[in-house]
Amino acid sequence: MRAAGAAKWACILWTLVCAGLGFFRFFDTTFPLNPPPGVHGELHIALQAMRAYRFWGAIWLAPAVGLLVVWRMKREVDEDPAVLRTKAERRRPLATRVRKAVLNVHTLRSALGVLAVLVVWQVAEPLGIPIVNRIPPFSEVVVRFFDDRGLFWRDKYWAGWVISLFRIFSGFVLALIIGVPQGLAWGISRTWKAASFPVFEIFRPIPPLAFLPAAIYLMPTAELSIILVIFLGAYFTIVLNTINGVYNVDKSMQRAALSLGAKRGDIFWKVVFPGTLPSIITGATVGMGITWMVLVAAEMIAGRSGIGFLTWESYTAGDIPQVVVGMASMGVGGAICSAIIWRLGNNLTPWRRLF
Amino acid sequence: MPPDRHTGRVECRAVTKMFGEEWARQVVVDDASFVVEQGQLNVMIGPSGCGKSTLINLIAGYEAPTSGEIRLDGERIEGPGRDRLVVFQETALFPWMTSLENVMFGPEVRGTNRREARQEARRLLEKVGLKGFEDKYPSQLSGGMQRRCELARALINQPKIMLMDEPFRGLDAMTRELMQEYLLRLFEESRHTVLFVTSELEEAIFLADRLLILTAKPTSVKEVLTVDLPRPRDFHVLTSPRYGELKQEALEALYEEAVKAFAKGSKAAYDLVEAFGKRVGGG
Repeated sequence: MRAAGAAKWACILWTLVCAGLGFFRFFDTTFPLNPPPGVHGELHIALQAMRAYRFWGAIWLAPAVGLLVVWRMKREVDEDPAVLRTKAERRRPLATRVRKAVLNVHTLRSALGVLAVLVVWQVAEPLGIPIVNRIPPFSEVVVRFFDDRGLFWRDKYWAGWVISLFRIFSGFVLALIIGVPQGLAWGISRTWKAASFPVFEIFRPIPPLAFLPAAIYLMPTAELSIILVIFLGAYFTIVLNTINGVYNVDKSMQRAALSLGAKRGDIFWKVVFPGTLPSIITGATVGMGITWMVLVAAEMIAGRSGIGFLTWESYTAGDIPQVVVGMASMGVGGAICSAIIWRLGNNLTPWRRLF
Repeated sequence: MPPDRHTGRVECRAVTKMFGEEWARQVVVDDASFVVEQGQLNVMIGPSGCGKSTLINLIAGYEAPTSGEIRLDGERIEGPGRDRLVVFQETALFPWMTSLENVMFGPEVRGTNRREARQEARRLLEKVGLKGFEDKYPSQLSGGMQRRCELARALINQPKIMLMDEPFRGLDAMTRELMQEYLLRLFEESRHTVLFVTSELEEAIFLADRLLILTAKPTSVKEVLTVDLPRPRDFHVLTSPRYGELKQEALEALYEEAVKAFAKGSKAAYDLVEAFGKRVGGG
């Protein structure tokens, strides 16, 4: 039992260290700006990023996946065979489940909502709705996206997606890794909070973008400065929500746990942490939104790639339909990221889904 | 679970509990000395807001008395422990665990065999009538089911004494009566020591072997009534003449306290006085 616990923690540590090393390996290098002949520069950067991460990715993903598998297996073994059997019977075939998940009334409603906005957008110009009619109509934007000089056919657009998502992911995960333990510590320990929370409070009102000049000056590469700013965008929200979540865990729960014979560790892992999870997820969702806002501004100033940069470039070139393409891309990207976090959050907190 | 009638005796000697700083002291429990007898259903009654919950917290060990001492089976109580289990006013089931996991929490944190713990938990859930609800989360259970789940979670630890702090508060009248009968059945089967706190006299007399009547704040025990109604009990007891006598006796003691509290402007005490008036008026 002790050995298993030690192995588990070793795996977790290894995962974190490798992920961290891979992270810096990637972002601490300045990318060569001259790609080999025949390869587009932006695509080259994206490929390089992925290649740099592949080695480290493999090395930390393996134990992480291993942990996950062991965890799942343990859960299965714990269940009584009878219960498992009934659960398996209740489970519908995959095709049915997918159909039910995609073709349902909620999807229909969402599609209708999006459609309504698109229609208003399209008819704004002929109808002469003020302000909105200055936006190039939907059809024009779509045509611009797909025509022979359209972004759809350009490597730099898809490379921009990869790069932007990578920046978001890095900054956001960093914010989670640092922010959640810090929030938990501040929520639990008054001493710790009294000592270090005021510093946090002084930094918090400074908008992340105001850190950008300092970040460019401080960080060895432009990549790292962008990621630092993205990190700051998500970090403060996550920490505040976590602290609040700890405070909202009912005192009587902790008392009940004490009466049931729980020790400090049990109270933390089985009472305080799960009780805080919903708040952490809320913080993460809000933080993810801020992350996208910050990303675009940071890319406009510090980056030479990414969706935000492309949008700015299109604006300086006076290509308004392409600006709208960039904006729509960010919107879609942000929505997808939020949806993923909602989904993950719901899976992590199954007790909140039930009403 | 072997019924053990010889543990769970709680002895409070000159317990005083004060809150607040020196310049704004608030005495909540004042020199309370009483005994919770083992193997009996002890019920504590007093006007609400009189410090009953504080007494429970003291016995549970969540708070330390300012002076005096509390002993459980002769051992001094130093902090919370699993030999004294509390069933709270509002449900304290963990919302992130299914009812089975909730019941298993105690054995799990003590490191007992998971398989055995699971079997025992299933058995207890079945006993409290929650078979088929093992995988439901507390938010999916009704109020009465939550309380029964909490009972199961307490019982699996085989505590020496169960402390129940107005556990049926907030349930509707029907569920409440059913839960009372249910608790009686469980108690009469196992004879666990129980300390039950309530502010409702009917409930108190219906359940109790011993009735501890508390004074208004600062709290101490004013009177101990032995309720000698026959066991096993059901609702027929409520119409027996002995029940009426006991109720009369308890009401008189409570009335005095209620008036005292009323003089201090307590809303709860006002309600109690009013209720008393109605009963007297109605014969």
